[in-house]
Amino acid sequence: MRVLYFAWVRERIGTGEEQVDPPAGTATVAALVDWLAGRGEGHAAAFADRTRLRAAVDQVFVSLDAPIAGAREVALFPPVTGG
Amino acid sequence: MIRVRVSPEPIDLAAEHARVERGGAVATFTGLVRADDGVEELTLEHYPGATEAALERLAEEATARWSLAAATIVHRVGAMRPGERIVFVAACAPHRAAALEACAFLIDRLKIDAPFWKRERRGTEARWVEQRDGDRGAAARWD
Repeated sequence: MRVLYFAWVRERIGTGEEQVDPPAGTATVAALVDWLAGRGEGHAAAFADRTRLRAAVDQVFVSLDAPIAGAREVALFPPVTGG
Repeated sequence: MIRVRVSPEPIDLAAEHARVERGGAVATFTGLVRADDGVEELTLEHYPGATEAALERLAEEATARWSLAAATIVHRVGAMRPGERIVFVAACAPHRAAALEACAFLIDRLKIDAPFWKRERRGTEARWVEQRDGDRGAAARWD
């Protein structure tokens, strides 16, 4: 699975993209974030405040309790600030 | 006719306006980098692919809801200076009411539905802009 990071999530983790293989049973975006947070200090810092985290699964905005079964790409980022 | 463009290139207002003139009324919104709080540079990051898809969906929704003859969303990405254009949206309809409403819808919803992130730099200090409660409220009025 490809995981993308943007804005300060990307900066804290130190990369914009990772290829990951979460354990079987990782059913939701929130569960994926829990697992990713254990990968290092940067990941833990990026995911410390879940209220400021947003997600997209295969480029569609979803809530953190959305399923990730079959997903090819999950993006994690702060609330958007365009326009 | 829908036109969506996400690019580091400066926005050419005259060319964009001419492109959207397909009916009796054109309403536009242009967003500029504000200079009034010491910001020296604004950098726009986006989610390539997902951004364009989100803007296309917005333009399609506006076109269907207000029977637009044309809708344009042009958003700049990368680094820009105070006074430069960040975003241009335009709606063209047979009459002004639909054009004005659709234009407001496009910019209000763009602010919460499209994956862009702003980072401001003042001197050597950079910080990511926080989403404003008012932006969510402005978008919600179109639900």
